Amino acid sequence: MDLLNHIALGAQILFTPINLFFCFIGVLMGTLVGVLPGLGPTAAIALLLPNTFHVSPVSAIIMLAGIYYGAMYGGSTTSILVNIPGEAASVITTLDGYQMALKGRAGPALGIAAFGSFIAGTISVIGLMLVAPPLAKFALAFGPPEYFSLMLMGIVVLIYLASGSILKALMMAVFGLLLGTIGMDAISGTQRLTFGLLELSDGVGLIPAIMGLFGVAEVIHNVEEAIRREVVTSKVKNLLPNLQDWRDSFWPIIRGSVLGFFIGILPGPAPVISAFSSYAIEKKLSKHPEKFGTGVIEGVAGPEAANNAATGGAFIPLFTLGIPSNSVIAILLGAFMIHGIQPGPMLISKHADLFWGTIMSMYLGNAMLLILNLPLIGLWVKVLKVPYPILFPLILLFCLVGVFSLNYSQVEVALMIGFGVFGYLARKFQFEMAPLVLALVIGPMMENNLRLSLIISQGSPWIFIEHPISATFIFISLALLISPWIPWIGRRRKKLQEKVEGEQI
Amino acid sequence: MKAGKWMLVVLAIFSLLSEEASAQDFPKGPINYMNPFNPGGEVDIAARAMQPYLEKNLGVPFVINYLPGAGGALCWSKLAAAKADGYNIGGFSIPHIILQPIFMKDVTFKTDDFVIFSIVEYTPIGLAVKKDFKANTFREFIDYCKANPGKVSCGGVGKFSGHHFATLQFMKLAGVKLNYVTFTGTSQVQTALLGGHIDASFTNSTLLTTSKDQIKVLAIGSPKRMVQLPEIPTFEELGYKMYPRIARGAMGPKTIPKDIQKRLEKAFLDTTSKPEFKAKMEQVGFVPQVMGIEESHKYLDMEVKEHLKLAQEFDLKKP
Repeated sequence: MDLLNHIALGAQILFTPINLFFCFIGVLMGTLVGVLPGLGPTAAIALLLPNTFHVSPVSAIIMLAGIYYGAMYGGSTTSILVNIPGEAASVITTLDGYQMALKGRAGPALGIAAFGSFIAGTISVIGLMLVAPPLAKFALAFGPPEYFSLMLMGIVVLIYLASGSILKALMMAVFGLLLGTIGMDAISGTQRLTFGLLELSDGVGLIPAIMGLFGVAEVIHNVEEAIRREVVTSKVKNLLPNLQDWRDSFWPIIRGSVLGFFIGILPGPAPVISAFSSYAIEKKLSKHPEKFGTGVIEGVAGPEAANNAATGGAFIPLFTLGIPSNSVIAILLGAFMIHGIQPGPMLISKHADLFWGTIMSMYLGNAMLLILNLPLIGLWVKVLKVPYPILFPLILLFCLVGVFSLNYSQVEVALMIGFGVFGYLARKFQFEMAPLVLALVIGPMMENNLRLSLIISQGSPWIFIEHPISATFIFISLALLISPWIPWIGRRRKKLQEKVEGEQI
Repeated sequence: MKAGKWMLVVLAIFSLLSEEASAQDFPKGPINYMNPFNPGGEVDIAARAMQPYLEKNLGVPFVINYLPGAGGALCWSKLAAAKADGYNIGGFSIPHIILQPIFMKDVTFKTDDFVIFSIVEYTPIGLAVKKDFKANTFREFIDYCKANPGKVSCGGVGKFSGHHFATLQFMKLAGVKLNYVTFTGTSQVQTALLGGHIDASFTNSTLLTTSKDQIKVLAIGSPKRMVQLPEIPTFEELGYKMYPRIARGAMGPKTIPKDIQKRLEKAFLDTTSKPEFKAKMEQVGFVPQVMGIEESHKYLDMEVKEHLKLAQEFDLKKP
């Protein structure tokens, strides 16, 4: 009955006009920055932080949290409509979401993304409420060796499940890993491949890379075949997912939610990784994996649910240990400190009002987001009807402004354009972008954790086997790598591959 | 970000219009404060806490812009080259601004390119070990390290950083060898120490204050015991003359006119001497300071000497 008391306490905190207002402002802002490519929740929260000095800490955290999970709702919109991920977490949504839009099914794609996010948001809040303290220990069990093995498995799974040629996927992943080595060596402080540019010393920025590979490349690609496309977009029909869509998406949403929540607890870019993993899992479990990438609704529902659930999970280390798992949570932690709240294991008991008030606001915020987003679908879909001669320059403008506004760096703008040209060429030769982006995200972390592990173990590679969690991941990776040689699995994969290649031609 | 951009535009127009700034009418427009690290870091927390007071004092917006990269070097290289009119200032950390020009390639700023208006706070660096580590006290820790030379892993943020130098200094004074593990951020050190993946760490008092129940804090680098950690002895009490710390504040290009320097100094001193500001900073593990230009530079010079000596003793060179 303790829980009911706490929920009542949280509701009491939340249902005051001022806190409801801040919750609404938060989710509204979140949706906005999510929709605008380049602008992310980190920037928005940092900018709004000073405005929260004069309100109570609870109101401040309610609003800032709203921006965070609100952004995950908005991020899918541009992925689906114009093939530009609004957030890094929505990269994978472009694969099937944009294909759906091309087939005139932008409405159901946006709808399932919103519903999926809502369901995932709710599941992760329940998770946060019920199991926060024991799960915090789960995050702590992950040291450098565990992270390395987890990421190794991530790359292996992605390559294994690549839709087209496995060789091309491998090439893109390796190229991504190579790009990931640019920048200051985190262990020794040496500059690598930076050509004297301090802007590159923290590595190739993820946002310029994504905006270039997807945004700029898309524009160049479409200029080439604009005439053919215009016909496709003119027949936008039914705005909401139908019964069959729901049947296809239900389990992906549930699986994505659970997966996203657990990955969210781990430090790092959890929404990105959870969305990629969810896509990989759905493809693996699907009865028709060859259709992934051609506009199947599961490919939107699963990842969108996963990235939203990950935001809920990310609050666990913050509330229970005072550890920021990513940059957004780090700002929230800063906000705690500015408001004089001591983060750490005592937070939930000492500041029960803050914890339960925020939790309750996340329930309500998710509902608000759904109400906010569903009526907007009709409006968003109209974006597709904007003639290309107007839409393309606008997209380019948004990409340029978005990237420049990150760090006011011309180098990053140039990088984005370079990635745009590369992305266009790669697409012409049927290379997939997803392995490149994932490798770029986890490459530096993987390298860093590999070296940290070896420093800790004083050079012994057995550290990856001696740690049970790490050993499990290594074992799974090996099993996946060996499986093509086991006759009956190999045959199935080959058949699948032929089918896919047949379709592409 | 939008508001910040507009501010910049306004700022750019201002800098075009005004020929030479003077203190009489300084400041006329928004002040651009460059933050060398990501939002949420220690520099950011202090800047955000000062922001409302500074805006009141100066009567203009105090715009915080984030220019993270290369451990701060990107921002400081830009700040060193910025227009010296008092409208472009930024945050700093000591010893970062001392060590980077010496040990990092491609850094275009020098430590004496800047005038420091005020050192606002510092965080002593303390020694902590994981909860189930065999040693319970500082003495036991040294004995354990001596019995297991090079075996004890000790985490910190970055190479050629405050944490790295604190570890080196300790190794020298205690005559032990630790296995220094380089992390990229304080939160990674925190996770690794709480999870028991590293044995020990020389890390900031803010972290030690936050996590003191989940780790064992053995000693702290402040000259006197910290109010936040009253039961933790200082290195000095234990017979080790070392005071590792990271100090932070605000600085600008050295060529800013003297009277404008004075005006900014006053704004910072008025802010940092407010009791409610001090209380806020102390609560989360900072040691608030009220230091003007002269005092701050005296501190900087002292730290420069100290770090050069250590670098020489350990024969550290640019990688």
